[in-house]
Amino acid sequence: MAQENQENNSKKISRRDILAGLAALPIVGVIGYGLLRNKAEAEKRNSSLLSDIKPEIQSGIPPLIEGKTLKIGIIGTGGRGGYLMKAMGFVNPDKIDEYTEKGKTDKYWVQYLEDFRAQDNLNIKITAICDVFDKNAEKAITAGANVHRNGKGGNMDDAPKRFTTYKELIASPDVDAVVIATPDHWHVPIALEAARNGKHVYCEKPLSWSVAETYEIRKTVKETGIVFQLGHQGRQTESYNVARSLIKQDVIGKISLIEVCTNRNDPNGAWVYEIAKEANEKTIDWKQFIGQAPWHDFSLERFFRWRCWWDYSTGLSGDLFTHEFDALNQILNLGIPNSAMASGGIYFFKDGRTVPDVLNMAMEYADRDLTLLYSATLASEKNRGKVIMGHDAYLELSDTLIVSVDPQSTRYKEKLKQGIVEPFKPIYSYVPGQGAVDAITSPTEKYFAGRGLLYTYRDGKAVDTTHLHLREWINCIRAGNGAQPSCNIDQAFEEAMTAHMGTISYKEGRRTYWDKEKEVIV
Amino acid sequence: MRYTKLQSVVLVILRITIGWHFLYEGGVKILNPHWTAKSYLLDSGGFMKGFFEFIAGSQTLLAISDTANAWGLAFIGLSLIVGLFTRFSSLAAMFLLLLYYLSHPAFPGIQYLFPSDGSYFLINKTLIELFALLVLYAFPTSNMFGLHRLMKNNNSFLA
Repeated sequence: MAQENQENNSKKISRRDILAGLAALPIVGVIGYGLLRNKAEAEKRNSSLLSDIKPEIQSGIPPLIEGKTLKIGIIGTGGRGGYLMKAMGFVNPDKIDEYTEKGKTDKYWVQYLEDFRAQDNLNIKITAICDVFDKNAEKAITAGANVHRNGKGGNMDDAPKRFTTYKELIASPDVDAVVIATPDHWHVPIALEAARNGKHVYCEKPLSWSVAETYEIRKTVKETGIVFQLGHQGRQTESYNVARSLIKQDVIGKISLIEVCTNRNDPNGAWVYEIAKEANEKTIDWKQFIGQAPWHDFSLERFFRWRCWWDYSTGLSGDLFTHEFDALNQILNLGIPNSAMASGGIYFFKDGRTVPDVLNMAMEYADRDLTLLYSATLASEKNRGKVIMGHDAYLELSDTLIVSVDPQSTRYKEKLKQGIVEPFKPIYSYVPGQGAVDAITSPTEKYFAGRGLLYTYRDGKAVDTTHLHLREWINCIRAGNGAQPSCNIDQAFEEAMTAHMGTISYKEGRRTYWDKEKEVIV
Repeated sequence: MRYTKLQSVVLVILRITIGWHFLYEGGVKILNPHWTAKSYLLDSGGFMKGFFEFIAGSQTLLAISDTANAWGLAFIGLSLIVGLFTRFSSLAAMFLLLLYYLSHPAFPGIQYLFPSDGSYFLINKTLIELFALLVLYAFPTSNMFGLHRLMKNNNSFLA
């Protein structure tokens, strides 16, 4: 009996048991307090930083406007032309097989092919192509027939017709609109011909090769009312749109200086492209290639590496600075500068080229009280980014956007004092696909934002900006209400004139000015 | 198993400090609606890099892993502090820590965007915490100090 009692007692919970059982509970309370403090602090920072700004963020991909199948002609089907065809959904079956093969060892290519196949069908048909080099033309014919995005041996549709001259292609009733991806000296003559024949135009950048033709194309596009889009696909970069809305809301204060750059360091980046083994005087229509350029005897180098000669190219200013300029024009409505001063030289690629491989330009916007600096080299990849410098903060742009505070800021003076923001540290960041601009509060976020870790997804889907840019053009054609896409002829005119001011300044070794009233470069 | 008083105290301190760490980490993530492990996963290295990047690249998988991670951390932390199901939560904690380690292993030659707070070769603090949890698994204390002590049915499942 005594033993039984003892056993019962041992199962009973003693005061000591309760103490030892529950003693740790207050610790949970302490941690709970810590968590609430942390949350309150984060909310305070978030609200005080974000309460007065309303960034505009596009969500998703604009829907396609329905309508009849558009018949597209491609003029110039080399590297860039081929890429534009891909962005429209047409790739050579050989290429599809190549991606599949590469995908066996590198997953990047599996995703690449998947993304391409997931790309929306734009309801267009490539009906005509034109290229002065047979190999390019043949490749484009096969790509144009590959409607179902198959590899070799797959189901193909009707092949586009090859025209030997752009004039015949434009005259064809089987063409509603043309994509121009020729060397620079051909952009305007072809665009003019198309506009005069009522064909819509998507033209690769830069708009023009010479100053004089720039006026003519602007006038003709406006008179004929065709839908015109210049090929600056940066217009579709989400972070640029967000930057525009932040600057409109005075997040960075008065802007005095903008710095942009180009940095490349490989032969391909310096336009030393491969020369195709099939290329010779029989397979290339050299006379047509020359066009309005000064005559030169047949040269494979000049044909494939045309960007290296002023005779066909617009050099760093027209070819690469224009990307930077158009981004800024989109964000800040910069327009044409009051003056431009350029210097540089051929310092690395002494291969007979006439265009410089190092170029520095200072463009003054006296009306806006700011300077735009461009600096480029084709022989160093140290990228200095795109920075818009304001009195209160500076904005760094790539695919991502980061705003960091200036220690001497007036706008953020109180917040700096209270320690809510720290000098030179990011306060806002935006990464595509995120759907919201974040006020940066935690050290981890600050760290990653500072490094601009790259995201390339829009609503969880990898999207090619070139596809979006072409899509916008096609939507405007289908809408048929006179609406022009984002990089319209006025934007294109500003882009071309700004680039020409830099080029003339470099070539003539003097400062060039823009006469706003007369619209001339002096 | 009988521990000396000192051994018991030391083991309980270890259990509560690790629990504290887990509960706070989990709580911060749960309370921040914008928190995601996306950038951490994209910064992965080592032989499992592709797996973690795959999770980061899929919205669904990322959402599942974010939720499971945040709540997992919090429950593990709570369990270790209050002393209930501590053997099970020690194993779960070790599993989570193993995933963190495999995402950012301290292998020579791998550089991460996120800086390390020290110099490590193979063994880092994540791995040490993992092995500390192994100690907790092997030397349970919740039957002496924790809710488990109050449970009449003193079975090992609650330990």
